[in-house]
Amino acid sequence: MTSTISVTDAVDTILGTSPGSALDLLRRRRPVTRENTQASYLALFHADELDDASLSERFAVATFVASLHSHVEAAEFYGEGLNGNDSDRNLRVAVLESAVSGAAQGPYGDYREIGLRSENQPGLRWQIPEAISGALGTRLSAALEHAHLLVFRPRESSPAALHSLVEAGWSTTGIVTLSQLVAFLAYQLRVISGLQVLDIALQGTLASTPTTIPSKDQTVRIGS
Amino acid sequence: MTEQVITYPSLNRPEYFTQEELGWRPWLQAPNVDDLSERQQAGLVDKARAASDYFRLLARDPDILGARTRTDKDIFYNTKEGLPRDDRELAAAATSRVNGCVFCASVHARFASHFSDRHQDIQRLLDQGSSSDLGTRWNAIVAAATALAQTPPRLNAGHIAALQHEGLDALELSDVIHGSAFFNWANRLMLSIGEPEQPA
Repeated sequence: MTSTISVTDAVDTILGTSPGSALDLLRRRRPVTRENTQASYLALFHADELDDASLSERFAVATFVASLHSHVEAAEFYGEGLNGNDSDRNLRVAVLESAVSGAAQGPYGDYREIGLRSENQPGLRWQIPEAISGALGTRLSAALEHAHLLVFRPRESSPAALHSLVEAGWSTTGIVTLSQLVAFLAYQLRVISGLQVLDIALQGTLASTPTTIPSKDQTVRIGS
Repeated sequence: MTEQVITYPSLNRPEYFTQEELGWRPWLQAPNVDDLSERQQAGLVDKARAASDYFRLLARDPDILGARTRTDKDIFYNTKEGLPRDDRELAAAATSRVNGCVFCASVHARFASHFSDRHQDIQRLLDQGSSSDLGTRWNAIVAAATALAQTPPRLNAGHIAALQHEGLDALELSDVIHGSAFFNWANRLMLSIGEPEQPA
């Protein structure tokens, strides 16, 4: 990447983490994970190769995926990537409408493995409503349907699903990027919601820890 | 089907979750080793990964592959402090079991068995799923991984409390979250661009 991008850490931005807070310090104990989670975000959303998947397409899919995870702040964060012009803003509205119509609880779906079919679970096989697909266009409509498949019923992935993307105009490299994008978000959104739960739990633990009896650790730290 | 998508009509497919080594076949054309650009080679991180169809296919978008691999390695291999490796592998295997990635589950079930020496417990996880009884510590890890794998995620304070009850500290709790979260990435990648093969 040639340009210098001073983008704040996406996970911290979505979490609203303040510098020096307990959560900030905890994340900084794993600097390589923290840096590469951010590098992954940058590779997808500040990419310099956009021939196979445009930035509008990337932010539209991300807004959709974050909404399917019911993460309001993340949906807002990625939705902000769609405020450049009128057509992007219209896209954002159509994506949010799509997410409402695609809401579900996963994972579910049919297994391709014969011995696992007793574990098949029915669920929504979402197709984009016709009223919305016009606003999104062929490529993005296919991308959202594929994203829905990967988010909720990854076990039903198939060559036929990839074929639908090809038919809609997605290149092989574009499909790889789209898969990475949806899959990365499945990780990033879980880091965010997991740390949110953890942060609240740890605050509760700290509040209930007796302060009058210093542990051995604390004594050592005071002396060092 | 266009030429862009590859299918395997007579593939010998696994029928269950297994700890055996499986193969993996791509549904899209991976670049040839000799055609990889410098940037693509850098995206592979380890040169040896050029031998894998999976990583060469992902090298079509090299920057995200490189960042993915570095994230993966730190979450699982950086065990100087924090959660022991077998617990991290358990979180990976349990997540793969929930999401239905037979290939990912096979790899990380093997790792979990290897590092814990608890092959039979891991087999029970594969056979019976998240509800299998693996003892209180592993039950708490599997329950957390299973809750986090839901969409929308369902991890709650009760899961954290159960892990704390098993003696996990803040960094270890964060390690459970990251190990589980990461496999929601890995599972969707492996499942979406290819399929496992049972070796002859």
